[in-house]
Amino acid sequence: MNSTAGSHGHHISRQYNADLEEVKKHMLEMGGKVEKQLADALDALIRADSGKASGVISEDDVIDSMEMKIDEECNLIIARRQPAASDLRLVLAIIKAIRDLERIADESSKIAKAAIKVSEQGELPNGLIEFRTLGQQVQRALNTALDAFVRHDAEAALSVVQDDQDVDNEYAIAMRAMITYMMEEPSSISHVLNVLWALRAMERIGDHAKNICEHVVYMVVGTDIRHEKLENIADRLSG
Amino acid sequence: MEEAADNREQTQDPQTDESVEAGHAAENVTEEELNPICIEIRKLNLFYTKHVHALRDIHLDIPRNKVTAFIGPSGCGKSSLLRCLNRMNDLIDDCKIKGKIRIDGEDIYHKQVDVANLRRRVGMVFQKPNPFPKSIYDNVAYGLRIQGIGSRRILDEIVENALRLAALWDEVKDRMDANALELSGGQQQRLVIARTIAVQPEILLLDEPASSLDPISTLKIEELINDLREKYTILIVTHNMQQAARVSDYAAFMDMGNMIEFDSTDTLFTNPSEKQTEDYITGRYG
Repeated sequence: MNSTAGSHGHHISRQYNADLEEVKKHMLEMGGKVEKQLADALDALIRADSGKASGVISEDDVIDSMEMKIDEECNLIIARRQPAASDLRLVLAIIKAIRDLERIADESSKIAKAAIKVSEQGELPNGLIEFRTLGQQVQRALNTALDAFVRHDAEAALSVVQDDQDVDNEYAIAMRAMITYMMEEPSSISHVLNVLWALRAMERIGDHAKNICEHVVYMVVGTDIRHEKLENIADRLSG
Repeated sequence: MEEAADNREQTQDPQTDESVEAGHAAENVTEEELNPICIEIRKLNLFYTKHVHALRDIHLDIPRNKVTAFIGPSGCGKSSLLRCLNRMNDLIDDCKIKGKIRIDGEDIYHKQVDVANLRRRVGMVFQKPNPFPKSIYDNVAYGLRIQGIGSRRILDEIVENALRLAALWDEVKDRMDANALELSGGQQQRLVIARTIAVQPEILLLDEPASSLDPISTLKIEELINDLREKYTILIVTHNMQQAARVSDYAAFMDMGNMIEFDSTDTLFTNPSEKQTEDYITGRYG
């Protein structure tokens, strides 16, 4: 089914084609907006830029509105069209993915709030920039997840699911670095605590990107791989 | 039909291994668990004339006490297939059937099969309600009287049970002598179902049973199908895909006389394996 799943056109009803394309477009616009929120939040934290961080926080309402609008569009498609098969899986994947996107935006706001607190205490010492790798990893995961959604690429989606372990490992490394820093510099504890909140938010963003990829796999091949052990996923997909 | 009969493959022993094994089964095992397949269709081909090949090499196992829905575009052969199961096609001139259909292991096209008895075991309900121009009571009692049941007490009991099963009893119990044609379309269809189940069939064939009914009557028929599934093996042909998705346990998609896909309804409507099925149920160009 994968060969046709990427295209949600060719329905006898042209309006149905248009409705599905429109909701997909809106979901991707929301994805792009969330990507920007995350990038801005991370940048604000690294640069201790409270202005940029405030922008991220105020934009969160826009993301919330987008989520509600797309939800409503999906509800109407279900009520009016009773989608089946790949169409149904697309609508379900969008409903689930926008929830994860909204949560990623919330986590980005948390990073932005941490950035504001950091800025109040001055720039971060070099030793505290350990979170940059983690930030890049989760940005890449989100980007790949959205790309996989557009291209209906289950393989790319699966790579994010598999790489989530690396995100968790990087999170553990960064945590250890922070703890070491606090032990060496007890005066920096309040500074470091802000970074810890941001680290936690990044790790959660990685989880949400992974969730989106699981929805992509379901959308493309119809197999639910949530809660499945990594080593069993390949068997599930081939079976 | 002589020619048709000549074209049918004959079985020497209509009893299958499964039904032999049934005699040795442990107690407490239901027929459904013991012998989950009710109807076996093997290499079934149906020709209405030399040039109209309506069914092509159909191979299918219909599960017992489940609802199986047949979907597909007009002329795909789904109604023809249904009519093969109680030999309604015997009534059509020049109709030829090849292949085998076994119900409970018995070849229904075997020359010794009593077709009238087969049609009692395999009841059929059509698109347009067709009650007889008689009283409600007489409609339901009709088949029983043909079977020779004359006792009013027994008839009363069976008629009431059949009407209750068909979810019509409460609506007609005070006017059993009224003409059946006075009932609404939805009530007439439920009356026809009551008439069909009064003779205690094993299988119900429903050929678009709700397509001439309004949405509320349609939902009542669907609710009735849901209630009947424990007692009967039900096969339903419908043009309404949502109806197939709502009422059936298994679904078959047919196109141009071919069985394209047969699977659990859950799978067929969420993740079909054939592109043709996907295109049809999602309303795409074929």
